[in-house]
Amino acid sequence: MSFYALIGRRLLQFIPIVVFATFVVFALLQFVPGDPAVTLAGDYASKERIEEIRKLFGFDRPLIEQYAIWLWHAVQGNLGTSLLSSSPVVDLIAQRMPNTILIALYALLISAVVGVPLGILAATKVGSRIDAFVTSIASLGVALPSFWLAILLVITFSLNWHLFPATGATPFFSDPAGAIKHATLPAIALATAVIAELARQVRSALIEVLNSQYIRTLRAKGLGPIEILWKHGLRNISVTLLTLIGLQVNRLLSGAVVIEAVFAIPGAGSLVAYSAINKDFPVVQGVVLVFVVMVIVINLLVDILNALLDPRVVQQ
Amino acid sequence: MTTEAVSAPVRARRARRTVWGIMRRDLRAMLSLSYLALLVFVAIFAAKIAPYSPIEQNVAELLLPPSSAHWLGTDDLGRDVLSRLIWGAPNSLYASTFAVGVAVAIGVPIGLLIGFIGGWLDEIVSRFIDALLSFPPIVLAIAVTGVLGISLTNAMFSVGIVFAPVLARLVRAQTLIVKQAVYVDAARAFGASIPQIIVRHIVPNAIQPVIVQVTLMLAIALLAEASLSFLALGVQPPEASWGGMLARAYNYIETAPAQMYTPGFAILLTALAFNALGESLRAALDPTMKRR
Repeated sequence: MSFYALIGRRLLQFIPIVVFATFVVFALLQFVPGDPAVTLAGDYASKERIEEIRKLFGFDRPLIEQYAIWLWHAVQGNLGTSLLSSSPVVDLIAQRMPNTILIALYALLISAVVGVPLGILAATKVGSRIDAFVTSIASLGVALPSFWLAILLVITFSLNWHLFPATGATPFFSDPAGAIKHATLPAIALATAVIAELARQVRSALIEVLNSQYIRTLRAKGLGPIEILWKHGLRNISVTLLTLIGLQVNRLLSGAVVIEAVFAIPGAGSLVAYSAINKDFPVVQGVVLVFVVMVIVINLLVDILNALLDPRVVQQ
Repeated sequence: MTTEAVSAPVRARRARRTVWGIMRRDLRAMLSLSYLALLVFVAIFAAKIAPYSPIEQNVAELLLPPSSAHWLGTDDLGRDVLSRLIWGAPNSLYASTFAVGVAVAIGVPIGLLIGFIGGWLDEIVSRFIDALLSFPPIVLAIAVTGVLGISLTNAMFSVGIVFAPVLARLVRAQTLIVKQAVYVDAARAFGASIPQIIVRHIVPNAIQPVIVQVTLMLAIALLAEASLSFLALGVQPPEASWGGMLARAYNYIETAPAQMYTPGFAILLTALAFNALGESLRAALDPTMKRR
């Protein structure tokens, strides 16, 4: 199969996922107790306003039709207006998303730089003390509540040592250094669970490759262990690695909600928590939609990149 | 038919015996089990063990350091921190078991059904599962909680819904493997009905990875409860929860930083215990690991 045919097929496979995922987001509002038009109109709305909203969103029409209307609005960038601030949901998300993306990317970078080498180190020395150390660090990292770690980081690095600011965020494009400084502690707290997960998965994937027949053959051929690791071992797990990193986006966005709350970062994560508490449903719906679309698109990109990296995927 | 009917339970019993045998010699598993047993005991008898009421406020004793009267000090409303820590245990255990229970109740039957029936039903439901797994779990749980109304039960119900597709996918994969086994064909040839096959053959054989996954999920559910309670979307004040205690204490981080430690350790230890138990179970149940 040609490369383009493969991309075409992957895109086709993603369509039902996008349809189902957006339908779940749409359906969220259906579970709000009471009349959705009354909910969306907000407190103290006039009868005319409620009717207007009912017509606008088509709440008097069949569910599938309502979904189509909602999706059509969403594709055009119309996610409704916030019940609290009456500004467009899209604007709110656009204002806050850069802060979330910054700490998520920063955390992803830290996780890859720390987690992957740890996994490689453990896999090449299975059963050693280093392996035991990495494995226990990984178990600890998975069980550590990230927001607690975040607080401990604030106590140590902000309150005691005054190295990093404890709260807030700086826009990246006006002051990159300040933005990085603000994002460092949140990114570390966010990265811990991902480091643990990556180290674990890389370790087990690499152990499997290094135990395979053809690596044994290479060894018998007299190839040195470092050459085997770099040329054959790591090349073989590169596809797995990319998939793994793609899957972590989900975890990072989940973690960002709590971490942004700890550091008082005006990001999309803290926005969704705040809006859920204050029953600002259009905003909740909007953020969830943007997040899930991000995850799906990133996984699609990972899939395509995998095909580029691994000729076997194309052949399948 | 008779040999089949006897062999599955016998096999299961034998497996259980060896699994327990392996677990008993596993220090990590025994430590986690003892800790969890202690935690369950504390949770059941919280009212008897806690020295003070977890919600009674005392304005004369705000933010006290640890003393002989208050071993872990008092919080910003003068409540005994140790008592709140103890009362956090039943809430956390209830929350994590409830969420995982919801996930099992929804995920396992769906996984069995689509794995067994297959065809277009499997095709559609599997895509739906893929879609659900694309949501960042905490974000979806927050949204569902916000929509259903903020309470611990709703929050953990949401977490259960978020976990269900993971179990459904796992059970589906197991069902597909077992479905093709020769003894299932034999049972079918002898006239066993579909429910009979599912209950007698598929479930006992698919259950092992589910047990491991469920144990590991308890840890994730516990962390989710702590996160949601920290965000004020889980356990509602004045009820005690470890995540909620951290959120309150965070406001007094400069005057009483010591309050940040014990609730965090409680969450960490409990999550570690669930994870360690899950990993040990995985090792004990996995035949390839046993030989090593």
